[in-house]
This record gives sequence, structure tokens and C-alpha cells, in this order.
Amino acid sequence: MNRALDAGQSLALRRLLEAGLPLLARPYQHLAQQIGAEEQQVLAQVQQWQQHGLFRRLGLVLNHRALGYTANAMLVLDIPDALIDEVGQRLGREPQVSLCYQRPRRLPQWRYNLFCMVHGRQRERVEAQITALLERHLLSDLPYQILFSTQAFKQCGGRFAPASHGACPHG
Amino acid sequence: MPVHSLERRLIERFQHGMPVCAEPYREMAQQLDCSQDQLIACLQQMAERGRLSRIGPVFEHRHAGASTLAALAVPAERLQQVAARISQFPEVNHNYAREHHYNLWFVLTGPDRPHLQQVLDELEADTGLTPLDLPMLTAYRIDLGFALAEAP
Repeated sequence: MNRALDAGQSLALRRLLEAGLPLLARPYQHLAQQIGAEEQQVLAQVQQWQQHGLFRRLGLVLNHRALGYTANAMLVLDIPDALIDEVGQRLGREPQVSLCYQRPRRLPQWRYNLFCMVHGRQRERVEAQITALLERHLLSDLPYQILFSTQAFKQCGGRFAPASHGACPHG
Repeated sequence: MPVHSLERRLIERFQHGMPVCAEPYREMAQQLDCSQDQLIACLQQMAERGRLSRIGPVFEHRHAGASTLAALAVPAERLQQVAARISQFPEVNHNYAREHHYNLWFVLTGPDRPHLQQVLDELEADTGLTPLDLPMLTAYRIDLGFALAEAP
């Protein structure tokens, strides 16, 4: 049985993981050396976090824009409160919708309570897809807007560990 | 732009998950029937070209801390300057210009909600602009990966 990491070591490990695994044959051994631990302790901690649902996923984190997916649309809808769960679940099952969240309205400035992200290579095709999506789900008559992104100023992973500082390393 | 075939297979196979073990790249290489050196070289090249942001966990916000989506309505002539100021906050990860009256959208993450409120107050004081603060209430889909074949 491995000794568990102490609180300082697990916080340090979380920060290192937020920056990304190194491209070395034994990446966890490299992280372990930086926090004064053994490779097996680090692996056990990462597996435990994974089992406890701390990670949404653990894999390759891609840059859509660099891969040519430059048409990035945020579809926002004003859905009656009584229908939001049903509509959210239905849109969330659509393969082209990568994120689907309910967020609060902020009246009078902001009326929209459902947010969907749709990524693609061409703006026209993304627009057509969204139009078809809304028609299929009988949502075309509800208030909605499509906000395409025009410039990415910063794109990196979320930092949850306190007292981190500086810009994201991968820009 | 065409995506190299090993790169494409790597993306399709491992963007949603990869093995957690002492030698993950060796195991991934075995699964794709290439050598570990080829696989690491491909990932290295993807990183150098900016296609790969990083390798590792995407933290679940609800368990790992607090986050919110914020937006500002910035006068066009100030957009670049305000965007640069917003990007300086380490709590900001995604920061995009979008076509709307609210034209600057960014995600804030931090250890807890009071910390985020402090950042929102600070950036309002800095810019003179009041942010929309739109924390997630319900997640119906949280998949940040995307399908190369399905995307338009």
C-alpha cells in the first residue's frame, strides 16, 4: 500500500496537472520528483481523483482554432422555466452541441437562460446546422441569438488551485 | 487544413480519455500500432503548432472549485485594451470577442465563489464596465471534446 500524498503535495500535484503532463516516457515519475514523492503515490492519487469525479476527462486537450475549427458559435435561448430541463436535455443529446448549460437570466440586460456551443470549420454551415436544430426541436419561434466568436484572446485550462499566478503556458 | 493520419487517430481515440499508468504513451502507442517515439513526436509537433493545448485532466468545476461565465459590453475602440487587461487575470482562462452588444466573453475559475466575486469587482473597478455574471446552474452536456467527422 502506498503512503498517501500530504496536503501540500496534492495541491502541488494539482497545479502541475493543470499545466499538463510532460511528453516523457514516465510523465508521472517526473511529476513525482517535482513534489518529493514516488511515482506510485502520484499515480494512486490521480486514479483516486479520477474515480471521485474530480476530472471531467483526462486526455488530449485540443485547440479548436488551430485545428481549423474557427467557426465557434454560442447559441443562447430564452426558454420558459417550466421547459428548460426538457429542452436542455434534448439539445444536449445532439452530437454537434458540445456544451449545453442552463445559466441565470440577468434582466433587463440579459434574457437568455440556455447556452449551447457549436463548433465547425465554416460559419455558413454552422448557421445552417443551428437553424435545422431549432426547427427540429420546434424552438425557432422562441427568442434566441447566435454569438460567433471573432477573436480568441486567451484559451487555456481552468486553474482551481489557489495562489497560482501568471498567464497560461499554452496561450 | 488536412490533419495527419496519426494525429487524427490520436485525437479521435484519446481526446475523451487516455490511460492513467506509469507509461501512458507506450500504452497509447500500442493501441494505435505505432512506436512510442512516433507517438511522442506527433504530440510534440501538435503542441508546437498550437493544435494541442496540453495533455491531462480537465477539472470538473463543480468539484474542483468555482467558475462563472462573464461578459462585458465594451466600446469597440476599447476592446483590444480591455481584452488584454482581462486576460492578465490568472483566474481567466477562455477569453473571446463575440458579435454582440456584449462583445467580450470570458470564463473565470477560482477556489471558491468569494474569490470570483473579488475578481469581478476588481475588473469592474478597473474597466468601469459592469460584467454579466452567469454561473452554470445545470449542465445538460459537458463534453469539451469534438468529433472530427461530425463537425461541419
